[in-house]
This record gives sequence, C-alpha cells and structure tokens, in this order.
Amino acid sequence: MHPAFSVVFFTTATGAGYGLLALLGVLGGFQIIPPDLWLGFIGLGLALGLIAAGLLSSTGHLGRPERAWRAFSQWRSSWLSREGVASVITFIPAGLFGIGWIFFGRTNGWVAIAGLLATCGAVVTVCTTGMIYASLKPIAQWHSRFTLPGYLIFSAMTGSVLMNALLQGFALGSKVLLAACLLLTMLGWGWKLATWRYNDRLEIATNANTATGLAGGTVRSLEWPHTEENYLLKEMGFRIARKHSARLREITQLLAFALPVLLLVAAFALPWPFAAVVSVIAAMAQFAGMLVERWLFFAEAKHTITLYYGC
Amino acid sequence: MHRPPRGANSAPSQRPLADTRAPDEGDGVDTSPDVSDSIAKTTCYMCACRCGIDVHIKDGKVRYINGNKDHPVNRGVICGKGSSGIMQHYSPARLRKPLLRTGPRGSGEFREIEWEEAFSIATERLSNIRRTDPKKLAFFTGRDQSQSLTGWWASQFGTPNFAAHGGFCSVNMAAGGLYTIGGSFWEFGEPDWDNTRYFMLFGVAEDHDSNPIKIGLGKLKARGAKVVSINPCRTGYNAIADDWIGIRPGTDGLFVFALIHELLRAGRVDLDYLLRYTNAHVLVVQEPGAADDGLFVRDGEGNPLAWDRMAKIPISATDASAKPALTGSFTIDGRHCVPVFQLIADRYLDESYAPDAVAERCGIAADTIRRIAAELAHVAFEQTIELPIAWTDWAGRRHETIKGRPVSMHAMRGISAHSNGFHTCRALHLLQVLLGTVDVPGGFRFKPPYPRSAPPGPKPAGKTVKPMTPLEGMPLGFVCGPDDLLVDEAGAPLRIDKAYSWDAPLAAHGLMHTVIRNAWAGDPYPIDTLMMYMSNMAWNSSMNTVETIAMLTDHDDAGKYRIPFIIYSDAYYSETVPFADLVLPDTTYLERHDCISLLDRPISHADGPGDAIRHPVVEPDRDVRPFQSVLIELGARLGLPGFVDEDGTAKYRDYADYIVNHERTSGIGPLAGWRGKDGTSIGRGEANPDQLQRYIDNGGFWHHDFADDQRYYKMANRSYLDFAVQMGFIPKAEPIVFQLYCEPMQRFRLAARGHGRALPPEGDRQRIETYMDPLPFWYMPFEEAAIDLEKYPLHALTQRPMHMYHSWGSQNAWLRQITSQNRLFVHQRTAADLGLVDDDWVWIESINGRVKGQIKLIDGVNESTVWTWNAVGKRRGSWGLKDDAAESNRGFLLNHIIGDQTSADAQGKRYSNSDPVTGQAAWFDLRVRIVKCAAEEAGFTEPQFERFQQPPHFEPSPDKLTFGAEFRRAREAAE
Amino acid sequence: MTCLPSQSGKKLGLVIDLDTCVGCQACVTACKEWNTGGHMAPLTDIDPYGGHVDGVWFNRVHSYEHTTEMGGRTVNFPRSCLHCETPACVTVCPTGASYKRASDGIVLIDEDKCIGCKLCSWACPYGAREFDTDVGVMKKCTLCVDRIYNDNLAEEDRVPACVAACPTSARHFGDLGDPLSAVSQLVAERGGVDLMPELGYHPTNKYLPPRAHTTRAASVAAPALEPVRAEGGFLGWVDRMLSN
Repeated sequence: MHPAFSVVFFTTATGAGYGLLALLGVLGGFQIIPPDLWLGFIGLGLALGLIAAGLLSSTGHLGRPERAWRAFSQWRSSWLSREGVASVITFIPAGLFGIGWIFFGRTNGWVAIAGLLATCGAVVTVCTTGMIYASLKPIAQWHSRFTLPGYLIFSAMTGSVLMNALLQGFALGSKVLLAACLLLTMLGWGWKLATWRYNDRLEIATNANTATGLAGGTVRSLEWPHTEENYLLKEMGFRIARKHSARLREITQLLAFALPVLLLVAAFALPWPFAAVVSVIAAMAQFAGMLVERWLFFAEAKHTITLYYGC
Repeated sequence: MHRPPRGANSAPSQRPLADTRAPDEGDGVDTSPDVSDSIAKTTCYMCACRCGIDVHIKDGKVRYINGNKDHPVNRGVICGKGSSGIMQHYSPARLRKPLLRTGPRGSGEFREIEWEEAFSIATERLSNIRRTDPKKLAFFTGRDQSQSLTGWWASQFGTPNFAAHGGFCSVNMAAGGLYTIGGSFWEFGEPDWDNTRYFMLFGVAEDHDSNPIKIGLGKLKARGAKVVSINPCRTGYNAIADDWIGIRPGTDGLFVFALIHELLRAGRVDLDYLLRYTNAHVLVVQEPGAADDGLFVRDGEGNPLAWDRMAKIPISATDASAKPALTGSFTIDGRHCVPVFQLIADRYLDESYAPDAVAERCGIAADTIRRIAAELAHVAFEQTIELPIAWTDWAGRRHETIKGRPVSMHAMRGISAHSNGFHTCRALHLLQVLLGTVDVPGGFRFKPPYPRSAPPGPKPAGKTVKPMTPLEGMPLGFVCGPDDLLVDEAGAPLRIDKAYSWDAPLAAHGLMHTVIRNAWAGDPYPIDTLMMYMSNMAWNSSMNTVETIAMLTDHDDAGKYRIPFIIYSDAYYSETVPFADLVLPDTTYLERHDCISLLDRPISHADGPGDAIRHPVVEPDRDVRPFQSVLIELGARLGLPGFVDEDGTAKYRDYADYIVNHERTSGIGPLAGWRGKDGTSIGRGEANPDQLQRYIDNGGFWHHDFADDQRYYKMANRSYLDFAVQMGFIPKAEPIVFQLYCEPMQRFRLAARGHGRALPPEGDRQRIETYMDPLPFWYMPFEEAAIDLEKYPLHALTQRPMHMYHSWGSQNAWLRQITSQNRLFVHQRTAADLGLVDDDWVWIESINGRVKGQIKLIDGVNESTVWTWNAVGKRRGSWGLKDDAAESNRGFLLNHIIGDQTSADAQGKRYSNSDPVTGQAAWFDLRVRIVKCAAEEAGFTEPQFERFQQPPHFEPSPDKLTFGAEFRRAREAAE
Repeated sequence: MTCLPSQSGKKLGLVIDLDTCVGCQACVTACKEWNTGGHMAPLTDIDPYGGHVDGVWFNRVHSYEHTTEMGGRTVNFPRSCLHCETPACVTVCPTGASYKRASDGIVLIDEDKCIGCKLCSWACPYGAREFDTDVGVMKKCTLCVDRIYNDNLAEEDRVPACVAACPTSARHFGDLGDPLSAVSQLVAERGGVDLMPELGYHPTNKYLPPRAHTTRAASVAAPALEPVRAEGGFLGWVDRMLSN
C-alpha cells in the first residue's frame, strides 16, 4: 500500500493525541493529576491539537474534502464513518473537560464525568481507526488479530510517553507513570516484533491462482493491461525492497522503542529538569519512530491487486 | 450457413434481459439517457479489416462507435481499435493544411500554403515529367484501400512505377495462393467456420481479417472444434489453441512437407478431388535439356493432356469422361512424360521430408508431426460432411449432396514474410488440396470475386513508356513467363522497384520497400518525383530505417537531393511527413468518401460478394482534403485521359462522383450494388446517380447472398461460374483448375537454361533455376544461410498488438495507454543461459546494426526466438507525442536492424532482402544476438534521432482529456 | 446507504470465457468509449500524450502464463467489477456513495456523495475501482446500467458495451441469480469459478477456465497413420484406388 504522508501522519498523530487525551481524561477525572491551568491548557491543547492536525491531514487524502461531512452518515456499516462520528463526538466531552479544567480549575463533578467520557471516546475512536485497517480482507497484513491491539497499544504508548513528557515538564513527573511508559513501550516493541514475525511468516491463502481462477501450477504475469503506472499501482501497488524494509525496521525499533526505553530509564535516575529534557526527547524520538513504523505499516502491506500485476 | 442471426454475439447468454424495463430502484440513476442525435453507418479504417460501424453523433461530436450488426465482415462486433476511433479522429497529430518544406529535409520545418498553391506546384512538376519521361514519377501508395483508383491513375499518367504496400506485407501469401488455387487467405477466402472440425492457424498477423477470424474462433470454441496453432509465439489467437506448436521461424514449409509425406505414405489423400479439380493428372514433359522440359504436354490447340488409363491414349486433361492416370511414365510422340502427381509423390515421399528428418530443424518433435498428420487424416476422411443440397458441376454432372472434409487452414505473414515464403504458401495450399478441403463444407472457402484462374488474367503493363501516353493496362498483374517480364533487352528492370524483373519475377504487388534505395541509387534509373500516400516509409514501414533516412536526405555532387522531389499525403504527422517537400493533408476516415470495391479488396464473404463505402459523417475542422479527391483533381489538372472529358474539363467532381460514375469496363464500376438507372442491377449496369444514397440507406454496404447450390465448389460449380461471369469476376464460365504444378515457373527455369527469347542475365541464372521450381520446396531463409549462426543464434520477430494498427496506435490516447513501450520477449531458458533477468536492458544486435530495448521473460515462445510488438517505438516530435513519451524513450523499433538487402553473392550483387520469386520483404528472416548493456546504458532506447520540428499552428497536445464530460453536462443541463 | 440490501431481486453480472479470450482489448476500449460519455462521464485521462499517461478505465485485460504439469498456456484475463453479493467496497464507504442496488445487484457509486477517500478501492480485492484525480471521486463499472435498460437504444443493443463488442464471443451477460438463465447454465456446463472465493465477497461474475490440457479440451482420437500395404507401395495404392 502506498504510504501517503497524509494518512501516515494522521494515524500516528491521532493515535498519540487520543492516547494523551485518554490519559488526561482518566487521570484528571480521577483527580490523579491536579487541575492546573497551564498543564491543562498545554496538555489538552497538545492532545486535541494532534487529533485535529491528524484529522485535518487525513482530509488531504480526500478527493472532495468539502464533502467530508457526509462521512458521518454510514456509521451502521462503515468503520471509517464510525471513526468520523467517534472522533467528532469525543470532542464534546473533551471540550467540556477542557473548559472545566482550564477555565473553572476543577477536575471533579461534571468535569470528571466529561473527562472519563473523553477517555471512552478516545479509546473508541482508536478502536474504530484500528478496525478500518483490520477489516480490510484484501490486505492480509492488516486483516489480522495484531492490528486492533496494535493501534490501542501504540496509542496508549505514545500517549503515555507524551503524558510523561508533559508532567515531567511541569515537574510533576511520577515514577508510576514512568514505569507505565516503560512497560507500554516494551509492550509496543514486543507487539511490533510479534506482528512483523507473524507477517513475515504469513501464509496467505489468496494467491495468483485464486485471483485468476486458474487452478494448479504457476500463474505468471506476462503483460500488464497498461504500460505506465495507473491508480491501482500508485495507490496499492507500492513495493518496498526487503533490504530497505529491514533498515527501516531497525530505525523504527531504535527511535520508537530502544531510544525511548533508554531515555525513560535515565529519567528515573535524573533530577528535574534533566528528567524533563530526556522525557521530551523520548517522546519526540518515539513520535518520529512511530511515523516510520506507520510508513512501514503501509509499505509492507500487500494488497491482493498486486497478485494481478505479478508484483 | 445461410444468413446468420443478426449480430455475432447473439447467443442466449448474450442477449438483453427478458424484461429491459428499468427496475424501480429509487436511486435516481438515469437508466435511459439520450445517446445520440443521429447514427451514421459507414466503414471503419482503424485497420485493414473494413468492418461496418455505427457512428453515434451527439451535438455534432462523435459520441461513440459500435459495430454494425448487419455488416458481413464484423456482424456487430468491434475490435479494440474500432472503439478507439474517436481518439484517432480527434488526434492531436492531425495535419491541418498543405505544407511546403522550408528547412532541410527531415527537419520538420514547413510553411503552410493554400491548396491552390499545392496543386500548382504538383501540377507543374508532374506535367513536366509526363511530357518528358513519365516513369520518372514513382507513385507508391502504402496502406491504400483505393488501389483500383490509384493504380488506374498511374496507368493514365503513363508510369509503370506504381504499387501499394503489398510487396512488404503479404504478397507471398497472395501470389502463392493465386498461382496455385486462384485465391488465397484473408480477403480472398476464409475457413468454413460453421462446419470445420479441425482448424490450423499458421503465423497470423492480427490486423488482417481480424474480426472475422475472432468471430470464427469464437464459433469453433463454442462448438468444441479443435484449434491447432503453428506459431513461434503463444500469444493472441495462439493463446487459445488446443494445441500450440511453437515452430522455429522459417521452417513452416518443412513442417507442411512432413505432413504431406505422412499423408502420402499412408494413402490419405483425396484422389477423386485431385482428378476433378487440379492438374494432378496433367502430363509433364521429362526431357532434360529440351526447350519444353518440364512443360505440360499439350495438344494442337494448346490444351494440356492427360493419359487415359483405360484407353491407354493421351486425352484432354479437361475431358470429364476420361479416366486419367495419376502415376506412371508415358511416351507421347517419342517424348517422355509423367503426370504431375507422380512428380509430387516422388518429391514428397522422399525421406528428406520425413518427420524424423525435419523435426530438429522445425523445433517440433517427430511424434507431434505424425500425430497432427494422423488427426488431419482422421478428420478429413472419417468425419466427412455431406450437406443435402444438389448442385451441378461445370461439366453438367449433377451431385445430390455437397461433400466436405472439415479441415480448414488459415495463414498469414508469419509464413509469408520470409525469403522462402512463396514456396511455403504454395506448400500449404498443396496440403489443403491433397486433403480435398478447398471450397468444400468444413474446409477453406473462397470469397468472391475469387476463385480466379490460377494465375488471374491481366498481365502487368509498362513494357513501353511514352510521354503523354497512358499505359496499355494496369501497372500490376500476373506474369506467366519470361516474355511477360518488365525488363529491357539486357534483362535490366524497367520498374524502379524492380518488380517483374529477374530479381522478383512474380512480384504481383510490386516492391514498395525497394523504391527509396533504388531511387537514391539511380538503379535502374534516377527518378524525379516520389509521390507516396499513407505509408510510414521513413520509419516502421522500411527495413534498415537508419540508412533509409540517410537516403531520403542525401545530396548529389551538385548539392541537390538525390531523390529530387517528394510529395506525400497523410492525415497525421508521422515520421515520414518531415521528409516530404510538399505535404497534402488527408482527412480522417470519418470525413471522407471511399469505396471498398470488388475491383480491389472487397468485403465479400464465402456466402456472397459485397462491397462498401465510407461517407463523411462529420465535417473536417481543418483545411484538409481526402487524398482520392485530390488525386482526381490532379488528374484533371494534368489532363490525364481518364480524368477529363473531351473538352478538357474535369470528368469527376470528386471521389464520390468518381465512385458513382466511373466505369472500368462497360457497366462495371467501383461499386456493384444498386447499378442501373433505377438501381435494380447488381454487378453490371449503368451508373446510378442515387447509388451512394442507396448504400447509406443500407448501412454503408451492399451484399449479395448466394443461392444454396452456389456456396461450395466454386472452382467448378456451374451455377456459381455463370454468376461470376455475369458479375465480371471471370471472363468465361470455365472451371478453375488448381495448379499444383506451376507451369509458368518452369518457363522461367527454362529461360535460365537458355531457352526462349527473354533470358536472365548470367548472374541471375542459378537463382532463377533454383527458386522458380514448379513444385514447392523448402530452403533455408537467406539471412540464416548467409551468416554465422553461432554469432547470431536467435530469430527475431515482430508481432502486431491486436489493439494497434502499425504506427497509428501511438497517437491514440486510449490505445497508447495499453502499450506505449514494447519489450523484447525472451524465453526463460534462453535468458537464463545469457544471465538475463526480467526488465534487463539489452542490445539487440544483427549483422545490420544494433538497437537497445528492455526484455521480458516468457515461456510461450520458441526457444530460439525473441520477439517484440511492432511499430510501438516512435521518433521524438512525431504523432503529437510529448518528448517524454515512452514510445520515443523506452520503446524501440526492430526495423533499425533489419537489412534491406541480402549479403553480396559471388558476383558481388546484393538483392533486395526479399523472396526471390515475388519480392516479398523478408522481415522475419532476421537473426540476432542479445547482449546485456552496461548499467549506464540502461533505461533508454538507442539509436536516438533528432527531434522533428512541429508544423506551423500545431497546438501542443493537451495535458488532460475529459472526453465525454460534455455529453454528460448537456444531459444534466437538459434535465 | 452502504448497508447491503437484504436480498437482491436479480443478480446481474458477466461471465467471461478464458478459453476463448484472445486478449484483443475490444471490451476494454468499448467500455472506455461508452462510459467516458456515460453514467460516470468522463473517464479522465491524465497526460494522454506524455510519459506518465494514466487514465480511468473500468475494464482491463492482463495476460498470464499458466504452467502446470500438463503443459503451459497463455491466458488473457479481463478484469472488471464482479458486482459481488457481499462487497466490502460498499460497506466500508463512509458516505453512502457506494451502494449495491436491491433490484438487480449492480454495485454503483453516487458520485455526488463521494468524498474520494479511496477506502472502497482498498476494500476491493479485485482492483475494480479507479480514482479520477481530476474530478476527485471514485469511478467503476456500472454494468452499463445506462445501456441495459435504455429505452433510447434498440432492444437488442441493451447489453453491456463489452459484451456487444467482444469479437470472440468470450463475454456473456445475464441473471446469475436465476439457475435457469442461459448464463447460469453456461457456468454450470463449463465449470465456471469465482475469483478469490476464500475472501468471501461472493462475486456475481464468473470465469470459465481454459480447456487446453484438461479433460474438456477439444481432441481428435486419431489412430496413428500406417503406410499403405498395397503392392508397389504408395504408387501401387494409387493405381488400385483408381481402378476401383
């Protein structure tokens, strides 16, 4: 699949944004973090900003963005529509939570309820995003039991590492949160390795024989129906060399997992503001790493249409 | 048989829904949009097939084109090209106005001129030639469908130097058939698709008779008849064969002889058929050294004789009551003679034609050859068809049924475009005749006006060329012996293309592919003006493109062009236009009149004759004129006898007027339908002023359906022969005897042995002796025989993509999307041996040069063969293509490395790279090697040529096409 | 509405005979020609005369080499929308632009609702949908919905353009939901197959497999040829035959 930057950025940014929002909602709602104007403003601003930027970026993928509102109508059948609905609905409790927290300086009562609802909304939205990909049968690498948990884990991971950077920045760092970040990053790493391992060994029942109905033996593409690349090949025929892919997997592991783990461990030991600095670097490295991971998520996904083109 | 149901795709599984009322879906879809304001029925010209089309016009534009269901050629279907006619019609490469060269030849620098200026330039030049030496005009017309006009024009002008593209297309096939059975494949005949049970397809180019063949293959597949293809390549039609025989190029003749060998050995030949319809029983003189050695034994009136095996006396070979011998050796008047069939048996029963002897050279297992021979015999002799229709033969014998042997064959360029093609084509017909399967139910059937006598009557005119004097006949015809050749006292050619000379005695279609070299070299003489029409001779229609381009632009010592003046007419900015001094812009096929005439290549099928017209269905939006009308006006301005009335005024207003009013002989004109003042005659009759309208009203064509008893055995069917005489197809209602032994060829051989008046030059004698063999034989193609096969181990072929017609497809926005780069297809094992993988760039090298292209590996090809799609490579600046188009950057042209001459013989003479009998261009003799190119050479083709300038007022081609959006806007606005 | 109809009255579709298709591209351009002025007009072509030409087409023909122990065969393979019974391209559509008609099963796009998110093309395993970058919407085969019911066409012409054009008669059209229809019977007789049945889209269109190298192939049970046994070999045989 073609790794369009608009979509790569969209899923990475909203993943992190919803993760952060969920944590803010639940930690705020349960009064684990104190109501602080600047923390609330920057924290929610960052979460909603990432979500908004992601959503905005995703409209860059649309042919007719001015009609995007129509996407809310088919929630009964379409995960994309559900995602749209969920993402927009989540803004309501998130907004109320933000108003309560930032302007009224409270995180209890209706603000707490709004916070918890925002958390639910964020989780649901991330699930819908994951399901968009997990439901696509023509792409075996996505249509697997790894996809939905992956979206949730990475959202929680990037959200918590962001949350940590945020709290560390306000000198509110917590060992529990740091530990959670470490655990989630390790989990994410493990999940990604497991996913890759699964995908690398995937035995796909769909092949050139079933695609063409020509039973037995080998089916080899002789000539394409067109000489130059067409929409199908540009959108779904993306090919990545094994060598290139291996290199990017290394970069992903380094940036998204290894480096953040090292930095987070360091944050345990370091005093403020050094802990804050390494936490922020960890978050930034992880976000960059996740962009690479998401790019690979697309680039390594093989659509069945490629069977028709023998590529 | 009989009239098929309307439309080819009319099976129950291809019909509309039982109830075509739109269901009440409620989704607002307009299921009944208005599709057209009018439908014009005319004839396609996206290739040579001449299908009937319905052109749907909406708001003055072509909305879409589909096949005409009533049309005898395509019966409603339409090919990939036909449906893309819109993009041809609106091509950005269309010429807009007459052009006069301003820059050097080949640069593409022109200025626009008015038609009056164009006419006066041409008239002055040509009238000068006509007054002094008419043969200094060479008029060659390429893929012309109006040869009965263009040939007649040349004849009226007085130049023998006329031909169309047949010499570099398929004259071997045409001549091989016409000299043997009085007909041939494609426009001349077709398999009996409805009855055949075993169909063999040899080396077919997919742009001749393509829809009829496809319709036919569909029928065979629906019936489960067996399809066997003999072709080095397993694509296209060959892909659907039940049996694909991946033969080595140039060895089809050997394969056919091995089949004949097997059939003879097993006694599986139709002796009765041979006696009735062929010259198998005719006696041949066997007196080595004598002047009549190898000629037929004839009586005092010149009738060939046979030997009556009952009466034991010579009898007329056409005596229907005789019992002629087919074998034996006889003495008549002291002269030794044998029947033709004895010679056939002697030759083909020889072990050198046994399957085991040919298998390796053909690349076909001997067992496969034996199996196919057995299958042929089984179907022909055990699955005989008998139609319950009574008919009467030429001798008055009544037959209660029509018997048939349901084996049929079709062949085309793959076997004819070799230097041994003529004999291979003859071999195929010999095989068909031995099986008794020509013009019988289930066999191969003639399309009227064929069969004609073998060979047909008229001889080529041009022995004497005088100023201001028309030729005594048409420039092209059929020679029957050395006396008919167009050579001078010394045996030198009289025609610029050396047709009908000792170089190419049976050159029935001329040799257009030799004209540029010969005119450049002044061999046999210099010319003044080369006039050409729609043939891309500076690119894909020539061999040896690089040198051809150089010859077109070469100067003599005085700094003048060696070919002094070139007039060219084409509708599009092809690679040849920039080499013209004067360009006459033609119209597209939707803007013109044409006639697809019985005098030329009609649209008949085996069940009856037919012809067709084109008529303008849209007005040109440019200052262009149909070439035929231009030619008629030029004829009038020159005062050519046929083109002016006695008072010197133009006889015909334009081509449409000519089509209706011209009479070639009394009562016979270009169109056969609705003749006579009231339009009630067919074939013969006075001109009918309403004729074109009658054609238009009938869907653009005329077709006559035979009575049941006229449909088969046309070579000997009295009812058919009488009809053919009435129509003017043949002069007399005499049987057409298949010439298994071609006596005219023996006359050339005798000349080579020193007999007769016209003798070949010493240097040509061995060649004539060898190749003018009256019985077909096989020899190694010339290039293969001349070169080091270790150095050039591979055969290289081109095939035509079914969605392209020569160079035309690349200007077509739709068709070029399908193929804009051609690859060289290489067998997997061959590639592995050479260390090549998919997508590698390679040099393809022949003795003539090298060209670079990208490869694609394939299994379905003869292992010693590589091939590519024809005419996809383009020169930058042509065809309205942008500079980055794949065609000129990655596509390549194999023509660059095909020599146009043979290697020098012992005397240092180089002949055209052609068949020695007919002069057919031997495109497929090419041998190559392939070499992986260096890394820095990959990614682009070579050789590259300078980019052509664009003609004045040529608009840049658009960056986007939204064809059709306007129809939708209009529909929506109307709602 | 992108929920699928609970049942469709008819299951209109195509049957494509791979044993007969010669890959001539007739159906491809006939489709392009009709549809570029039809229901989804235009089928835009970008850079039509340049090096990166890319147009919208509803029907494409591939060629393959299929090699089994029995032998090799070249197969021309037309590929277009299969009008599936359970098409995910419809259910994934967030706007209701993509839909399956309840009355005849045709899968269509309502262009006015399409936002060009391209998800439907991801959801289609067969590559049946092509995006028109110029208009910004997805386009696809309409099964010539503007031909098969078109009162402005002669009744006999109310078939999809590809079926009308096909020179080898390799394309068939009808109601595959009716087991008695001519197309259903053809599929049964020739062992028609679904493409990628394992994905569960339940395509309506069926493909008839090539027959060469199978028991369905046309064959001639011819005994091997034996030399004539007559006295004097072949020439003796000729003489004997003629005297009979």
